[in-house]
This record gives sequence, C-alpha cells and structure tokens, in this order.
Amino acid sequence: MTIPDDLRYTKDHEWIKLLEDGSSALAGITDFAQSELGDIVFVELKPAGTKLKEHEVFGTVEAVKTVADLFAPVAGEILEVNGALDAAEIVNKDPYGEGWLVKIRIDDPASVAGLLDAAAYRQLTGE
Amino acid sequence: MPFIVNTDRDREDMLRSIGAASFDDLIADIPQEIRLQRALDLFPALGEQEVMKLLEGLASANRSSAGYVSYLGGGSYDHFIPSAIRSIVSRSEFYTAYTPYQAEVSQGTLQAIYEYQSMMCRLYGMDVANASMYDGATALAEAVLMAMNVTGREQVVLAGSMNPYTVSVLKTYLEASGHGVILQNRLEDGIGSLDGLKELVGDRVAAVVVQQPNFYGSLEEVEAIGAEARRSGALFVVSADPLSLGILAAPGSYGADIAVGEGQPLGNHQNFGGPYLGIFTVRQAYVRKIPGRLVGMTKDRDGNDGFILTLQTREQHIRREKATSNICTNQALCALQAAVYLSLLGKEGIREVAEQCALKAHYLAGAISELPGYRLMFGSPFFREFVLDTPLPAAEIIGALLDKGIFAGYDLSACGGNGLLVAVTEKRTRAELDSFVQALAAL
Repeated sequence: MTIPDDLRYTKDHEWIKLLEDGSSALAGITDFAQSELGDIVFVELKPAGTKLKEHEVFGTVEAVKTVADLFAPVAGEILEVNGALDAAEIVNKDPYGEGWLVKIRIDDPASVAGLLDAAAYRQLTGE
Repeated sequence: MPFIVNTDRDREDMLRSIGAASFDDLIADIPQEIRLQRALDLFPALGEQEVMKLLEGLASANRSSAGYVSYLGGGSYDHFIPSAIRSIVSRSEFYTAYTPYQAEVSQGTLQAIYEYQSMMCRLYGMDVANASMYDGATALAEAVLMAMNVTGREQVVLAGSMNPYTVSVLKTYLEASGHGVILQNRLEDGIGSLDGLKELVGDRVAAVVVQQPNFYGSLEEVEAIGAEARRSGALFVVSADPLSLGILAAPGSYGADIAVGEGQPLGNHQNFGGPYLGIFTVRQAYVRKIPGRLVGMTKDRDGNDGFILTLQTREQHIRREKATSNICTNQALCALQAAVYLSLLGKEGIREVAEQCALKAHYLAGAISELPGYRLMFGSPFFREFVLDTPLPAAEIIGALLDKGIFAGYDLSACGGNGLLVAVTEKRTRAELDSFVQALAAL
C-alpha cells in the first residue's frame, strides 16, 4: 500500500498536495481507498467554480457494487476537474498521479498542515 | 380438507418443544380487554365442491371481453393474444419466479429481460430500456421525477390531452416528493395548442410531456412540441402507445429524451386494470439517472457471454436515500409476455396489427358519422380511438348496447369530459363493426 510522505491525508481516505504557489492544491483518493473500492467505473464531480466548506461532499466515486461520497479535505473552491476521468480506471492505476480528482484554491493554506501526515495515515489504515 | 394440516398430535409436540402447556400460554401477554371474546362471525366451513359453486356463481356475474365485443379503450385495449404466449409464460420457471436477488444465478430470467429491453429500445428508437416499471402511469411519474432531478427545475408542462388517471398518479408522486408544479396546456380540436405551449414553456420547466396518441385517440404534433422543449432546455418526455409504433414514428426519431409507455397492448390481458407493464427508455446520456433494474450482457472469466444486473449503484440498496428511485423490482412476467408477443409478430407483424387497428377504426368512425346526430368530436387525425358526439347521452348508449353483447365505449363524463370514447382493435371483424353501426341506428 503506497502512502507518499509528501502528501497530507484525511480520515475519509483522501489525499491533498499543496502546490508551489502555496494557495492551491490537488486532491484525490488514496491507494488504500482505490484498493478497497475495487474497479472504479465512474466519477462524478461538482464543476469548477463550486465553493466548498471543509468536509462538504464534492462528488462521488462509483465502483461496481458500491458508491462512495468524496469529502472536501479543506475549505476552498474547485478550480479544475481532471478531464482524464472518463477512463475512470485511471484512479485505480495511478491514484496519486494521473488519477487526481480536483484542483482547488484553498481558503486557508495553514489548514493543510492540520491534516494527517503519512505516518498518522499509515497508522489509521493499519499498515 | 383443513387449510392448516397440523394434527392434534403435531400441536402437542410443538407445545412440548416450546415448553408451553397450551396455545393460550403463548398469547398470555395480550391483555384480556382487547381480546375478541366470541367466535368469528363466519358461515360454517364449506367443502371444496360447495366453495367452487359459490365462487363460480360470483365469477359468472362478471362480463368480460371474452363474451362481449369490446370497444373500450382509454388506456387498456382488447388486442389479440396468441396462444403461444400462455404456453411459454406458464412454464413454472417463469410463472413462479420472483425478482432474483442473486441475479447472476438466474441466467435464463436475466436473458429474457435483456431480450425484452432490447426490443423496447428498437420499438421506441431509444438507446437504453430498463427491466420495466409497474405500469405506464408510474413510468410516466418516474420519468418526470428524473427530468426534475436532471435539470434541477420544478415545472412540468403537459403539452396535450393525457389519460386523467395517469395525471392523477403523477400528482400523487409529486406531492410525495414535496416539489413539482404541473402546468396543463390548453387544447384545440382535441390536441395541445402550440401557441398555448409557447406561452407555458420557459427556463423553469423540467419536462415537457406528451402522450401519443393522446387520451382522445388523437395524434399530437410531437415534432413541434419536442422543438419547444429543446428551446427551453427542458427534457422531452413522450408517453407512447407501443402498438401504435407499428406505424407511427418512434419517439427516439423525433427527439425524445425519455420515452415511456403502457405495455398492456403487447400480449397482456386487460386484467380489469392490472397487472400492467411500465415501459421506460432513455437516450444514452441519461443511463445513470434512470430508475429501475437494468440487465446487461458481459463476459464471464472463461470468456463466455453472460447476463448481470448492471449499474446497480443507481439503486437504493447501494445509494440509499440518494438513489434514482425506490423501485427494486419489475413486471417480469408481463414483460416476458410482451417479449414473446413481439417475437411472434416480428417487425412486419406489428405493422400489420397497427394498420388493421387504424383502418378498422377509420372505417367505423366513417360509418357512424353517417348516422343522423352522430359526428366525430374532433377533426384531428387519430390512430385506433376516437371521440363521438352523440345524440343520446353516452351512458344510455352504453347501457342499451350492453344488452346486445357490446361494450360500446368509455363515457368521458366519468372524468369530467364529454362524448363517447370508442376504441377499435385488430380483433374487430367487419361483421362486428357493421353490427355496432346497426345497433346505434336502431336506438
């Protein structure tokens, strides 16, 4: 199970990566999440421009026999939605890279530091 | 023979196993003051022979299209049902089966439903059909709910004349959902007014709904109605009679987003109102928004073709309160009857049935219009049904013709309308049609 050290994590098995500009970030679901879900067939996301509160649902990820809500790791606004998700299996294959879900502008960059680090997430998933 | 086959010995064994002295011990917690302190007021038990006589007597008071020449329509029609249908559907594997819960084990059931879905797509000219809904009325209601869900809008425009019972079901569904406003367009000569429609359709309309043919049997101007829907961004919902599609254009060909219908005319009996068959089809873009079960075809791990229930993530057993609908079953047996019927007829057969309906209906309408005092209520084109303006009240005509072995039609005053609604199916012979005209002339 891959848990990159340079990312932050939530209890809902999302990851977030602060980008160089310091005010925006990429977010997606973790390797653990994609493995638990099984083959992902469809991703539905709210459009760019949507404002999000922390933990607000911003979309769903569908596998064959289950559907999971996606929760905003921090408050902000969706800047961009990954256009490659029509081939939803990319989320299984490369959850931290090509399988990113949304790019968000973060209201408070300091809030990212408050999330779980790799060690804490490793403990959460019992790795 | 008793209904419950336990002997006294069986009962003693059971009580001993439970550890109770008598049956009364088992219901000791029910307070005396709410117990019925007397025997039930039933007549004494009858033997099988006496019960048969009693029930046969009751049943013989029914009058059905088996013994009468029927011109009754209004949503349920007396079409011919080939005997092969009963032979096939009464096989116990089909007749006694319930909705499969371990669906993949029931490959035969799934295949039959898949074939039915494929036929509905062909018939309606649409991309996806579900495994069926309870009936045409609830299919229409669910189509409207889906349109409201897809567009996020609240208004529903009924473009023309619709079956009032269907509208009543739609109202019930909207009330239960807590939102949705129905706007009924005005009619001109028995069909929806296009000018009236333009006034009603705007950017708050989720769905523009049309029934084809409409409740009076007349043909609505569906292409123009569809164009209005598209202009405003509403979904175009068409409720089309499946048999009419033997000669009328398929809803998919004139831009329907959702096409539904009542499947009773396809190999199903009239059944005094049900069970019926809800046909539900959509364009590919909406496949994840539709209610109901979906059977799909796929390959197993050995590469062989097989059938499954697919896109189940729409359904409530997975998506719970965010599901597209709470329906979790279908009308499998009625759908099978429809599929067998269409297989027997084929593309050419269904065209012939539809042509016969249309030709015979027009023949009868023409002949009746020659009688003094009778005329067609509307000038608009019709398929297999028409409304008569009559010199006597419709109810009187119906009563008089009953004595001659004829169900003359539906009295529209029963739903606040005016006239006699007459339906003519392929079952009606020339002799029967001429007898009908003569019976009216003799009144």
